[in-house]
Amino acid sequence: MIDAPARISVAPAATTDARPQAQRPKMAARGLDFHYDGFRALKDVSLDVAEKRVTALIGPSGCGKSTLLRVFNRIYSIYPGQHASGAVLLDGENILDPKYPLNRLRSKVGMVFQKPVPFPMSIYDNIAYGIRHHEKLSKAEMDVRVELALVQGALWGEVKDKLRQSALGLSGGQQQRLCIARAIALRPEVILLDEPTSALDPIATGKIEQLISELKAHFTIAIVTHNMQQAARCSDFTAFMYLGELVEFGETERLFTKPEKKQTEDYITGRFG
Amino acid sequence: MAQASAIQAIDPAAHQAGERRNLRDARADRAFHWLVASAGMFVLLALGGAALSMLWGGREAFSEFGLGFLFSTEWDAVNRNFGALVPIYGTLVTALIAMLIAVPVSFGIALFLTEVAPAWLRGPVGAAIELLAGIPSIIYGMWGLFVFVPIMGEYVTPWLNDHLGEWPLVGALFTGPPLGIGMLTAGIVLAIMVIPFVSSVMREVFLTVPTRLKESAYALGSTTWEVVWNIVLPYTRSAVIGGIFLGLGRALGETMAVTFVLGNAHRLSASLLEPGNSIAATIANEFTEADSDLYRSSLIALGFLLFVVTFFVLAAAKLMLRRLSRQEGKR
Repeated sequence: MIDAPARISVAPAATTDARPQAQRPKMAARGLDFHYDGFRALKDVSLDVAEKRVTALIGPSGCGKSTLLRVFNRIYSIYPGQHASGAVLLDGENILDPKYPLNRLRSKVGMVFQKPVPFPMSIYDNIAYGIRHHEKLSKAEMDVRVELALVQGALWGEVKDKLRQSALGLSGGQQQRLCIARAIALRPEVILLDEPTSALDPIATGKIEQLISELKAHFTIAIVTHNMQQAARCSDFTAFMYLGELVEFGETERLFTKPEKKQTEDYITGRFG
Repeated sequence: MAQASAIQAIDPAAHQAGERRNLRDARADRAFHWLVASAGMFVLLALGGAALSMLWGGREAFSEFGLGFLFSTEWDAVNRNFGALVPIYGTLVTALIAMLIAVPVSFGIALFLTEVAPAWLRGPVGAAIELLAGIPSIIYGMWGLFVFVPIMGEYVTPWLNDHLGEWPLVGALFTGPPLGIGMLTAGIVLAIMVIPFVSSVMREVFLTVPTRLKESAYALGSTTWEVVWNIVLPYTRSAVIGGIFLGLGRALGETMAVTFVLGNAHRLSASLLEPGNSIAATIANEFTEADSDLYRSSLIALGFLLFVVTFFVLAAAKLMLRRLSRQEGKR
């Protein structure tokens, strides 16, 4: 068996905001650096992701917000030449520790990508695929799990009569909700959303945003978005990143109405980015 | 802008030039259309012409032996009695052995090159595969006869006799004299020849799988093997099957290498270690010796049968692909 990684004390990250941090952070980056091919994409980032809240990461393209998200479930590790240092804590355990089992991490931290990517299989199998990897379930139990995930993903009503049909036949918005349902199906604790609505039309986007606000009752959510209205609408906390650094982090309402840093103000008022 | 268009409308010379240009473009387009259409037609003509001339050349054999030509194991040049069963059987069995070996190995090569290998190794191994595909088949035949056949005769055949020969059912397949030449040897050499084709097609199509699709599977906790088996392979299935049948077509028609190592014996035997014959090898070996019209006609008729066998195999592949895609649509 693999040794349990050592616990690291969770000192609150230094931020620009005196946050009412009632609950401890679910995930936290501490002094996080990220390099690929000699390029330093993240510079000493420390950030808390509050439990059962939505934390939005905003910033201009190339600022490192997606990179930060990709460190949170170590998906970067499938590529040679990408390297993270520092610590990312999940319930106090450092997930960057090679001893932290990848399987456990991926079952606890789900991810949804920018473009909807259903697997080339039926709607049912898309949901069941991940579950099968982590659990052995009977057919009846699996049916229940798949239905539950689709209900939570706000898709059940639209697909319940065509579960055996290919997921590739769904619309873009439905496909993205399927991907969210697929992530939920593993019963993760954290869900990472990497610009989940950037490829969708406004109506589909509205449905996803609605879904996000429902999901935060059960999950901790971190969302990367290019759309500042989206960040303002559906997040509780917002982090503004620029050139690999965390510039400002605080409650969404405060950050958008009274930004403390000049750069933040310039970005949210559309003066650059 | 408004001024410019007004001027153009007034200027009759410019208007006429435009008309001429239009006519010329339409003519050029028509000429181009016929040019490429005739290039396309050429394929059909060549195919039909080849098939018909083979059928014509083999008419004597077909009228002499009738349908029995397909089922007779006789091949007696002295008494002028010919049958195609042995070469057809040999062709199918050697190609089958080749594919049984080549498909998994090619899959492994393609998988290694696209998912597992470090970046610096991908280029050299990829290039080596292309080079392997470029080696002429006569070289494979010579290598097979001078290097591989002795190894088969001295080590592999006795080992197979001792170990697999005793098994029920499959035992008969692996019992035979330690000659080295035979169906198994030919199948293995064919596999080596086919692997570069199949693996480079697989590699190309594996590379077309979107990164985000693979990342999604990894994010759900999948291992590399699961990603390949459950995501990459279904996504590329039709192209992979196409690549396999490309290799199969090559294995069915391969002549030189098989002629060298197959043994050219007109005998139907259950053992894979016995010498046999294939259609292409029979034609290559005996065409110069065909001293009677019936003999020559029988060889051409064999060629026609190879044509038919290949056609049926490829047609079966197409049908299979169509059924697969229809099933996919239904699900």
